[in-house]
Amino acid sequence: MSESLLKVRDLKMHFPVKEGIFLRASKFNKAVDGVSLDIAPGETLGLVGESGCGKSTLGRCITRLYQPTAGSIEFRDQDITHLGSNALKPQRQHIQMIFQDPMESLNSRHTVGDIIQEPLIVQNIGDRASRAKRVLELLNIVGLPARSVTRYPFEFSGGQRQRIGIARALALNPKLVICDEPVSALDVSIQSQILNLLIELQQEFNLSYLFIAHDLAVVKHISDRIAIMYLGKIVESGRSEEIYRNAQHPYTQSLIAAIPVPDPHRKVQRQIISGDVPSPIAPPSGCTFHPRCPSAMSRCSQDIPHLDSPMTDKSHLVSCHLMD
Amino acid sequence: MSEALLEVSHLVTEFDTDEGVVRAIDDVSFAALAGETLGIVGESGCGKSVTALSIMRLLPQPMGKITDGEVLFKGRDLTQLPLTEMQKIRGADISMVFQEPMTALNPVHTIGRQITEVLLLHRNYTAQEAIQEAVKILDRVGIPSPDIRMGEYPHQLSGGMRQRVVIAIALACNPSLLIADEPTTALDVTIQAQILELIKELQSDLGMSVILITHDLGVIAETCDHVVVMYAGKVVEKGSVYDLFDNPAHPYTRGLLASIPRLDTIPKAKLSVIDGMVPGLLDLPQGCRFENRCPHSQPSCTHASPLIEQVSTSHEVSCFRWQDL
Repeated sequence: MSESLLKVRDLKMHFPVKEGIFLRASKFNKAVDGVSLDIAPGETLGLVGESGCGKSTLGRCITRLYQPTAGSIEFRDQDITHLGSNALKPQRQHIQMIFQDPMESLNSRHTVGDIIQEPLIVQNIGDRASRAKRVLELLNIVGLPARSVTRYPFEFSGGQRQRIGIARALALNPKLVICDEPVSALDVSIQSQILNLLIELQQEFNLSYLFIAHDLAVVKHISDRIAIMYLGKIVESGRSEEIYRNAQHPYTQSLIAAIPVPDPHRKVQRQIISGDVPSPIAPPSGCTFHPRCPSAMSRCSQDIPHLDSPMTDKSHLVSCHLMD
Repeated sequence: MSEALLEVSHLVTEFDTDEGVVRAIDDVSFAALAGETLGIVGESGCGKSVTALSIMRLLPQPMGKITDGEVLFKGRDLTQLPLTEMQKIRGADISMVFQEPMTALNPVHTIGRQITEVLLLHRNYTAQEAIQEAVKILDRVGIPSPDIRMGEYPHQLSGGMRQRVVIAIALACNPSLLIADEPTTALDVTIQAQILELIKELQSDLGMSVILITHDLGVIAETCDHVVVMYAGKVVEKGSVYDLFDNPAHPYTRGLLASIPRLDTIPKAKLSVIDGMVPGLLDLPQGCRFENRCPHSQPSCTHASPLIEQVSTSHEVSCFRWQDL
């Protein structure tokens, strides 16, 4: 593997749950509980999991929107885990974010031009004229007409708003873009337009993506590698082809089996895992997936499994006792 | 072929808005056969939910009204029924499941109260009988320890469990038709699989018809017998699920099918797209509504609206050029 752009090691984000009349934090919501991952320049890492598994929290920790409880985040060979806001600012220029709901992530009282040039103003880049020029350039890159500059977000459709969000994320020529469910609020025909755009931009600007989503077909399409998260931990990761052809963790297998296939001839009986994701405040003992796992053994409720590389493809990591 | 339980013909629904009258659905016709699942698929704003609300006569008042067409259910035209008659049908003979279970349930009433409400309203049950029946139904939709859940509130349940409760309420009176409007869109894939399986299972046990409204073609392929494709308020294609996936006739249906990433497409390959976006209902084009996005449009498409034509006995399409494609 090439040199990492982002190196996350044993990252934890525990939110205190305040209870009682003194609001003492007696319990913790372990949203992210010991995650390590690497992203190389120009690479897409897909992060998949059900709601509440901690994938968005992980994304926000990497951008330091949350201060992680423990672990380290290294970006462009600098440890940014504990940097103060002044020291962080030059690095933040290279980490940008695209959000799920383009209506909520764009200020409805600002024009599109203001929205896209805001990162440039924050980072103190260029003068008024050069910023205006950059905005037009960005609009062109994401496929919006130049006249959009003076318009407001409500005048645009969902797909176009997402393009505005992408233009804003690209304004500072970032190295890494965290895409948090960027297409899940969009219609199918618009979704493919945005996915194509993201892939084109990656090739043109050598961007790295952390692509967070729950739709495995979408994630597989865009990702080089995939990590599957369950209750704050990565349970399996590897090259995306390998994960789909050769999924080892029962959770990954059931996620893949649950995707509805757009082919009426394939009406197979599939294995459906029962139950819901347990609360991260009081996760099950041992392997946190064991209460829902179809192949759970007695040791699964006692021993915590660790990520290991049991396959011939050494980049394929699995955290499951079945592998022993 | 089984007979039609519900027949919607030439239905037109309009809304009075500040900008003028908007025709949300225009000349929509389809039939739901007894014991079958009919899928209605389309993008946001295509009129699929308005169709469901029109059948149920639950259109927002006073803006929305059915201005033409009829909805025949068991031989009666629902659009002409007096409100009191319609109330007897809703929740008893035709029920509905909504997308967001948290907004469909009343947060200040217990689960038990919300289920028994339907039973007390439509059946001559005593309070005691209604409670017993409600526990049975909760058990039937797969809710663990139903007698305890009866006393709980919606916020104490997970999303999947809430949707099961909504389904339990819908099924309490053994309806002959269930309309499910995006029942799994707000849920995770694993929970979606559970809920779809539950609906299928209940359908074959109870012999009811289901109208499933969704934007997900995967869900359609896995659960439906017949499919209606809607675009900008019109039906553009309808047929059996095999007709539609094996032999799509309308350029819009073809575009939709081609644009979804599948597990077997080549990673990072360019997905085919449908350019542009759905026209606003206030400024609809004169001719075919898909004309401005259609890769096969020709000048005649802008003049008149295409009529429904037969592709085969089970398959209909509304396009001037389907035979050339």
